[in-house]
Amino acid sequence: MNQEKFYYDNKIPRLFAIACIFWGTVGMLLGVIAAFQLAFPVLNFSEYMPYLTFGRLRPVHTNAVIFAFVGNGIFTAVYYAIPRLLKTPMWNRALSLIHFWGWQFIIVCAAVTLLMGYTTGKEYAELEWPIDILITIIWVVFGINMFGTIFTRRERHLYVAIWFFIASWVTVAMLHIVNSFEIPVSFMKSYSWYAGVQDALVQWWYGHNAVAFFLTTPYLGLMYYFLPKAADRPVYSYRLSIVHFWSLIFLYIWAGPHHLLYTALPDWAQSVGTAFSIMLILPSWGGMLNGLFTLRGAWDKVREDPVLKFFVVAVTCYGMSTFEGPMLSLKNVNAISHYSDWTVAHVHIGALGWNGFMTFGMMYWLIPKLFNAKLYSRKLASAHFWIGTLGILLYAIPMYWSAFRSYFMMKAFTPSGQLEYEFIDVVQTVVPFYVIRAVGGTIFLIGVFLMIYNLIKTAQSGDFVESEEASAAPLVKEYTAPKNSIWHSLIERKPLLLLVLSLIVVGIGGLVELIPTFLVKENIPTIASVKPYTPLELQGRDIYIREGCYNCHSQMIRPFRYEVTRYGEYSKAGEFVYDHPFQWGSKRTGPDLARIGKKYGDSWHFNHMLEPTSMAPGSIMPSYPSMYENTIDKVSTNSKIHAMRKMGVPYPDGYEAIANQDLEKQAMQITKGLKENKIEIASDKEIIALIAYLQRIGTDIKLEPKK
Amino acid sequence: MKFSTYLTQISGVSIYPIISLSMFVVFFVLMIFWMYRLPKKEIERIENLPFDDKK
Ligand code: HEC
Repeated sequence: MNQEKFYYDNKIPRLFAIACIFWGTVGMLLGVIAAFQLAFPVLNFSEYMPYLTFGRLRPVHTNAVIFAFVGNGIFTAVYYAIPRLLKTPMWNRALSLIHFWGWQFIIVCAAVTLLMGYTTGKEYAELEWPIDILITIIWVVFGINMFGTIFTRRERHLYVAIWFFIASWVTVAMLHIVNSFEIPVSFMKSYSWYAGVQDALVQWWYGHNAVAFFLTTPYLGLMYYFLPKAADRPVYSYRLSIVHFWSLIFLYIWAGPHHLLYTALPDWAQSVGTAFSIMLILPSWGGMLNGLFTLRGAWDKVREDPVLKFFVVAVTCYGMSTFEGPMLSLKNVNAISHYSDWTVAHVHIGALGWNGFMTFGMMYWLIPKLFNAKLYSRKLASAHFWIGTLGILLYAIPMYWSAFRSYFMMKAFTPSGQLEYEFIDVVQTVVPFYVIRAVGGTIFLIGVFLMIYNLIKTAQSGDFVESEEASAAPLVKEYTAPKNSIWHSLIERKPLLLLVLSLIVVGIGGLVELIPTFLVKENIPTIASVKPYTPLELQGRDIYIREGCYNCHSQMIRPFRYEVTRYGEYSKAGEFVYDHPFQWGSKRTGPDLARIGKKYGDSWHFNHMLEPTSMAPGSIMPSYPSMYENTIDKVSTNSKIHAMRKMGVPYPDGYEAIANQDLEKQAMQITKGLKENKIEIASDKEIIALIAYLQRIGTDIKLEPKK
Repeated sequence: MKFSTYLTQISGVSIYPIISLSMFVVFFVLMIFWMYRLPKKEIERIENLPFDDKK
């Protein structure tokens, strides 16, 4: 058969690899800074500028690590592996370049806008609507390029890694679109289309699956390609990898509904469900074992080769996280882990161990290949391996410890039935753990610097191979599959079918979970006394969102004795019906704020926000002096009220035109009250709006007539 | 007050998890079945695809 000559391009993978390492370093550095801020609040530098406070920095850190570091890592793998697996160059070089530069542009926009305070206030989906649109466009460009390549391939079979890439692409597209429904108020400001409980359900449907389809499945594709390459032997069981693939994409999308709606299941279904939930740990573990067993009989190689060392620990961490994950969904475990440092530890086992080490292993393998050189120093790479491992341990152990300590302190009662510890006592106890954690993160980062040095030296010692020549026969048009292989190889040889099938799979799974979510709105018992926010409070709430207070504070009191005693009556679904977006938060570095309204006087908040330690000695909350200088953005009131009413918040018709009069009136009242406490401040400052909002939170329900 | 309790109050909601569960079970069983029917030779070829770029 006639062989066709073609070239594998290495320039695009090199670009993505550089971007991956660069943004990885930036993202981790921001993480280290944020970690130190929690121990030493002066590092928020909020006396000098508002941009670096924890509430703004942490989203930049999480977004950088997920979308910039891991994102560019995925693309490195895709642009290197797919052409080689399909024996064809990437379909369109211009699209590759648009994809690369577009993605980097998005990252820069994201970093700048998040630090400036433009945020939707929804975790891991903080970017504002213009950037959301940009992401959609670039994602489509990537998809066209990938499928173009697949359609022009010279290899009939799609290797399992490519399945993982395809499924990830489809699902991420779906998640991004559904969760980004928002109504623009102005350029760079929008409100989530959903409110309260519904917003939370959609958001965590997104959050859970984003972890699955951005951080996990594409990296499994990476594992199934690079691990065999590095070990120089095929994967242990290809059959197992097929099971791993299909059960995993089912598991993540489909496990959702039966977890969420578990109690609504009839008994027989519950039993089946339980059996399956347990079985579902198997695919992940099957995947882990598949990776580890690939190295069977080659452990002497592992001892020598840093690439394999990184892969072994990465795959082990994958196994640990996927075991821990289901545990965290158990009710009584969740009671401890939720809002605590446990979750933080859990995600970092995944991020540092699985994604981090997988990426490092790939880089140590790939860069020498791209530059046709030997790795500059194996010793240094081994040192990186040990330093990185130590970093992970020093990060995770203090977090687990602090989670348990604070849990026991939070729920401790004196014999007379009083809470034994104030919140600030707990804060004080965990600060040392935060220091160790920050040191752990720093050590991990030092390892990354060793890698950068090592890789630069490697690159310098070789010559960059711009492209590699290869040849293969084109696909023949008429092809009959061998007997017995009809089913799977049918899917496997037809990428469009695979795409459509995975879309159906995740689509139905998504719908099955989302339909009840959309029905829920009608099922939330309304509370007559819960009213929309006043214009001033709405402005204050937007300041709360802008400053990312939700990164440290929850607004959701659970019905446990130790929470109700500490924070007040537990939260009801009907209280959040006007919350676009919801602000329940996910981490309590500070106390819950769901009943903060009227707990203190206005002057307390005034002093506390200016200098938290003045009211709570030993506090690690940042100070917010800029709110005392900046004026409330009254121009936006009109369009904000308008947008809210469009989404069904019952402001009277035409209210937007007069809303600012009410805003000013309420602000005057607050400043008058402050004046009585000898505090002078102009009534158009942001702090006034924030105080108005804080004093409102969770108070409506108290107006409910007692039955 | 667990918020999922509001979900469970939707009438007929239990049909959704049952749909999801049963489709998953069916799919899973079929998949295992296919997998075992894949001919060994083909598997061997596919699992070696990553090494085809070696000269
Ligand atoms: C770095 C994490 C962090 C961030 C970010 C943060 N806080 Fe706090 N906050 C705390 C801690 C810790 C406490 C407990 C000690 C104290 O009262 O200062 C606290 C306490 C509070 C309290 C008093 C709660 C009570 O019941 O005594 C209020 C009100 C508050 N924060 C509001 C805010 C607002 C508003 C923002 C955003 C502008 C914010 N916080 C951002 C950590 C944080």
